[in-house]
Amino acid sequence: MANYKIDITKEHCPMTFVKTKIELSKLKEGDILNVLVSEGEPLENIPGSAQEQGYKVLSVSPAEVEGTHLIVIQK
Amino acid sequence: MATPSIQLDSTTKKLSIIGFSGDFDKLTAVFTLATGAAAVGYEVNLFFTFWGLDAIKIKQGRSPVGKGFLPKVFGIFMGGLRVAPVSRLNFAGISPKIFRYLMRKNNVATLEELVEAAKILGINFYACEMAMHVLGLSKEDFIPEVKDVLGVATFLKIAEGGQTLFI
Repeated sequence: MANYKIDITKEHCPMTFVKTKIELSKLKEGDILNVLVSEGEPLENIPGSAQEQGYKVLSVSPAEVEGTHLIVIQK
Repeated sequence: MATPSIQLDSTTKKLSIIGFSGDFDKLTAVFTLATGAAAVGYEVNLFFTFWGLDAIKIKQGRSPVGKGFLPKVFGIFMGGLRVAPVSRLNFAGISPKIFRYLMRKNNVATLEELVEAAKILGINFYACEMAMHVLGLSKEDFIPEVKDVLGVATFLKIAEGGQTLFI
């Protein structure tokens, strides 16, 4: 079971979603992806779309840098 | 009142885009919507016709692609993705270069990056049979990701039950 991380705080639409999706597609069963996102669209939409695509969203919590959040997703 | 014959499955999310324009800015809109939708779980179909076919040519510069004299002349003038003009204020091709510079500077995906993302995300590319016939183009002139050459009826079947855009 591997643990990966991706930072998309510097990305803009649609690459926020594209980069997350590409990383998610690399996961094997049980693997975890930590996605560091900015507030706004990515924070509002990534957890929901990951769930819709059959992934488990383990947590969404504020990260160290103000205005950023960590979304923890498991396949 | 008759009930609708098409029963939409609430779990099916599908976006089909008719890519008519070969303009840099409009193609950017096509590929932004397409990659964004695919990334959030939509099935995405891109149907390229007329000027839009420029976006999927293997030769991205100005090249005499096409069978016959007139199609070859058209091919040179139309060019491919790399020489796509913007729809307004093109200034003989200077504006697309400025746009690319601004996109890179502001960390926004360029058109080429979006097209590459579309390929990785498994978006379905289709080409219009009629427009190809007029322009003397064959499937071999296009990138290998182009799944099929279609007419209107097949495109409608593919797009059925989803959202369709014309750009």
